[in-house]
Amino acid sequence: MAHSRINNDLLRPLFQTTWRFYLLVGLFGTVVLTALVAWLSQAYFGFGITGIRWPIYWGFYVTNFVFWIGISHAGTLISAILRLVDAGWRRPVTRCAEVITVFALMIGAMFPIIHLGRPWQAFWLIPYPSERLIWPNFRSPLVWDFFAINTYLTGSVLFLFLPMIPDFAVVRDKATGLRKKIYGVLALGWRGTPKQWNRLESAMSIMAVAIIPVAVSVHTIVSFDFSMAPVPMWHTTIFGPYFVAGAIFSGIAALLIAMAVLRRFLHLQEYLLPIHFQNLGKLLLVMALLWGYFVFNERLVTYYGNEPSEMGVFWRTQRESFAPLYWTMVICNFVLPVVLMGVKYFRTITGCVIASLGVIVGMWLERFLIIVPSLGHKYLPYSFATYRPQPVEIIIAIATFAAMTLLYVLFAKFVPIISIWELKAGDPTDRLGHPHSAAVRPVLMDRPRD
Amino acid sequence: MKAIYGLYGDGQSAQQAVNRLRANGVADRAIVVMSAQPMEEFEFGHMDSRTRIWWIACLGGLLGMAAAFGLAWITEVSWPINVGGLPTFAWWPNLIIIFELTMLGAILATVVTLVVTAGLGRRSSFYDPAVSDGKILVGVANPPEASVRELETALGAIHGAQVKTI
Repeated sequence: MAHSRINNDLLRPLFQTTWRFYLLVGLFGTVVLTALVAWLSQAYFGFGITGIRWPIYWGFYVTNFVFWIGISHAGTLISAILRLVDAGWRRPVTRCAEVITVFALMIGAMFPIIHLGRPWQAFWLIPYPSERLIWPNFRSPLVWDFFAINTYLTGSVLFLFLPMIPDFAVVRDKATGLRKKIYGVLALGWRGTPKQWNRLESAMSIMAVAIIPVAVSVHTIVSFDFSMAPVPMWHTTIFGPYFVAGAIFSGIAALLIAMAVLRRFLHLQEYLLPIHFQNLGKLLLVMALLWGYFVFNERLVTYYGNEPSEMGVFWRTQRESFAPLYWTMVICNFVLPVVLMGVKYFRTITGCVIASLGVIVGMWLERFLIIVPSLGHKYLPYSFATYRPQPVEIIIAIATFAAMTLLYVLFAKFVPIISIWELKAGDPTDRLGHPHSAAVRPVLMDRPRD
Repeated sequence: MKAIYGLYGDGQSAQQAVNRLRANGVADRAIVVMSAQPMEEFEFGHMDSRTRIWWIACLGGLLGMAAAFGLAWITEVSWPINVGGLPTFAWWPNLIIIFELTMLGAILATVVTLVVTAGLGRRSSFYDPAVSDGKILVGVANPPEASVRELETALGAIHGAQVKTI
């Protein structure tokens, strides 16, 4: 494919603004503003307007926190693995994925603040000598969260930004006026010399090596927030890998939905090919099976142990008050993706989107079902309770999805959503000067399967 | 004259241009090549490819590790608190912070090295926006006046070349 055509196709959303863009920004912006008002009302009236009360102090807010940190595993981790194994089909996919990571982390990281009844006193958490004698516990898993999430966020932002520099240079060369100046600054004087390409690729390799264990550590550490506490069904060694698998699972689902939407609305049918969906669909299938394996493991060990407090939570989810949510989760996370992604006939773009929507719902329910039933059914009956989420929590939970979409729409408006230079690097036609040579890259090989 | 360069439609032509410049006595460090994507299939794509970025990343990781150890030590000893019988400075929980800051150190060192060694943020001597359209630029910055004609001939001898001077 000619460079000029790639430039035109991928830069079109940056230079042409349709009514759809304003409609989407207006729509999702309104939802986000509504949630802001809801949050301000919570700050004004106090935490009493939420459903969070003793003994269930973690409700929707921590569910959202864990869910969005999990979604963040879509991008940087998947992108880094595909980069390291030099998977050619990754090229149109990586940036779509990396963006999800950054925005999902930003949304997830807001929840510890939202969860503070008096967010303006967040500085009390900072360790400094004071007459209040509030001595922070530096060995708390929450301190690990702080370091892990900030390291992952910093690494992911840089992992996203570095490969954008050559693309900013392309926009700089095509733009005029103020836009040219802005993208000129962002391009950092990029010229595309062999030295610059070499350094960029070396840096990306190092970042990929470093970011994979960080990504795994982040969700392991989020799982430690639960497994370090002696709460029924939480205090288990399987939580680390179980959370990581679930995070990658939900991340792939989010990526598939984002790709399908971008493909349709930005007219990227020639770049996001059915083979990309099929390959990611196979990954989704593997993760669904892995998720099923972990759930079976967790449930069987609990059942066989027959410890009274754990069995109390176990039966609440299996056949009592939380059973409808539990079995919906199993259908969404296991039955639906295994059937749709396991049968080749259904592994289409539509099939991938349906399975992914199911996984998103199922994974949110999974986070909720880990948190609430255990907190509401601890060791002694005096601490048994139920949780009813209130409008403020529901509005904020819905708004997180709107915020994610809004940020994604804005990003796709100002930055090429597919890496232009990586796409060109995967297409040898112009570079080698003899099209359809033996050195044809996977991007071209994928095309006949469209 | 600020620069003389040719624009080429494919990598083979650009490689020929580089070879011709060398044949005219231009040293590798004086040859400027620019492209819209990495050109690893060609010899010129590996010019100036030696880098110590991996070692610097390791060094950054070690610095991050030392900083994490110091931070954990100072805070925990300054605000000692008994939590479940753990020692004041407990290795197991601190290993997580040490790991995260080690990785952060490696990542930041990598990015700083990239910015410095790739010359990002510095004003370039010359550039042609045609590079973004897929043209490969091969040229020489600040060529000696006496050799301009020879260089122009060398760069223009390849089929399809567009030679420019600025």
